[in-house]
Amino acid sequence: MTTPEVTAADKAADIVMEPVSKGPWVEGFRRLLRQKTAVLGLIIVCTLIITALLAPVLAPYDPLVPDLVNRLQPPSAEHPFGTDALGRDILSRVIYGSRISIQVGIIAVGISLLCGTLLGAISGYYGGKLDLVIMRLIDILMAFPYILLAIAITAMLGPGLTNAMIAIGIVGIPIYARVVRGAVLSVKEMEYIEAARVCGCSNFRILFKHVLPNCLAPLIVQATLGIGTAILDAAGLGFLGLGAQPPKPEWGIMLNKGKDVMQIAPWVIMFPGAAILLAVLGFNLLGDGLRDALDPRLKDS
Amino acid sequence: MFNYILKRLLMIIPVIIGVSILSFLLIHLVPGDPARMMLGERATPKQLEELRESLGLNDPLPVQYMRFANKALHGDLGRSVRSKLPVTEEIARKFPATLELTLFALTIAVIVGGLAGIISAVKPYSLFDNMSMGMALFGVSIPIFWLGLMLIWLLGVKFHILPPSGRISVGVELQSITNLYILDSILTGNWKALKDCLAHIIMPAVALATIPMAMIARVTRSSMLEVLGQDYIRTAWAKGLPGRLVIFRHAFKNAFLPVLTVIGLQFGYLLGGAVMTEEIFSWPGVGRWLFVAITARDFPVVQGGILMVALVFVTINLLVDILYTYVDPRIRFD
Repeated sequence: MTTPEVTAADKAADIVMEPVSKGPWVEGFRRLLRQKTAVLGLIIVCTLIITALLAPVLAPYDPLVPDLVNRLQPPSAEHPFGTDALGRDILSRVIYGSRISIQVGIIAVGISLLCGTLLGAISGYYGGKLDLVIMRLIDILMAFPYILLAIAITAMLGPGLTNAMIAIGIVGIPIYARVVRGAVLSVKEMEYIEAARVCGCSNFRILFKHVLPNCLAPLIVQATLGIGTAILDAAGLGFLGLGAQPPKPEWGIMLNKGKDVMQIAPWVIMFPGAAILLAVLGFNLLGDGLRDALDPRLKDS
Repeated sequence: MFNYILKRLLMIIPVIIGVSILSFLLIHLVPGDPARMMLGERATPKQLEELRESLGLNDPLPVQYMRFANKALHGDLGRSVRSKLPVTEEIARKFPATLELTLFALTIAVIVGGLAGIISAVKPYSLFDNMSMGMALFGVSIPIFWLGLMLIWLLGVKFHILPPSGRISVGVELQSITNLYILDSILTGNWKALKDCLAHIIMPAVALATIPMAMIARVTRSSMLEVLGQDYIRTAWAKGLPGRLVIFRHAFKNAFLPVLTVIGLQFGYLLGGAVMTEEIFSWPGVGRWLFVAITARDFPVVQGGILMVALVFVTINLLVDILYTYVDPRIRFD
């Protein structure tokens, strides 16, 4: 682009025309919107969030009140997803279920994110013995098949939605700790960190003001994928009877209750399961898209 | 090489100690008195005291842990509170069922996922590629417990093609040698039992294989794409070598390492996923046994069983790491 004939004025013009103010995040978002699958993921996730927020408006029936006259009705104009063994409208229950799933996803990932980031950042930034101890602890946590560990923790703490979220949060810690540690390790060697240190910044300030903000991209990707996994795991725990308890309209518990009547009323298990699939798929598509959009190494591929 | 293995074995020791501490501490997550949890509200103080005494719950935690660890090192993981049988004996009896299911699922996942990945990479952006990658996306997002239920409903209940649960039909005789029923029926030439076992294993194995299959397909595709773009592959094509030779001998051999990593990681997933799958299909394996024990708060089984599963998991990861050096001689560990 630059030829010997370029004048100072041209250079100035170049600088003006360069959209410097947009920054890498806007650029990343643009790249995200260029991927069809990621846009699809974004649409699914947005729909899910809107459904959760507007559940009382969208749901045609009360998700909790039984209507024994209309038990196990097949899908119809009145009940588009049919009714369950207690005559409750399945569509309404699926709609309300999105509230629980979104809540579980955000809180469980919040727990993993907070603990994982802290452990990973300390481990990567300070290094040495502290790093060794923290990483061994992470290794130990990873030595358990994580679904089994989540089941065991929930069962021991006592079945319930809160404990399920805590358990899923705990078993998710290692992955965030590793992601953050890796990112911190590469960022902390950068010159601007050295500059900050020369300026007399404290370790705490360098870590939180300079290092961590630059590790955000991989964290956002991981957290997006993590919400999908958390929704899946929470539904799994619900299905096993360890998560949300009846009569809560949670997708997993709906499958659990539905399996007894699926031979005569398969719609009872079809729709809640499809809802889980769709929600998880949305977050996975969005997460994959974000990885391609935000990861500089894959930028041009 | 030997030094590397030795070093890895030594590094595993602190992890195993940590794993045993965590397995031990699990039951102390229970709010309140573990003895009361096991016996229920109607237990008399005398019964509670007896159970506490027999499980050693009255001692300080470090003393309890040392006793647990010491016994575990001698191959004694205690006795199940419900069945009164030694935990190790029960694991030994249930493990073949889980191993059979896991291996069968892994075989399906590797063959189907690997082939789909390879074909997708050879013909990128073709109809096959788009379809199989779309399926893979569904595969990583689908709840296996739902898939399992749908399979049971469709193939087991609606069309009666496959038995909906269990491992072998009542009345089918099988002489047990290894307790891996498929292997046993082949060894004894019992084709009727073989057919029956295969019919029973196929649905749970497919449900369990879904996620690993999708993961393997995606990793194989991206790894193959990278290798296929390299100069030596073009050279191989230019020399006029047959396609199959180039793809499998030249390309796949070099693209295999990331695939192996995923296979290793997925093995652990399979062990965890087996809990869910075994529960749905009433498969009499370790996963279901552990799940029942966990919900019934059979604490010796919870401690011992989870410790065993974690040990198997750690061992598999170690084996995968060691396999690396064989698969890719370029890797040298120091």
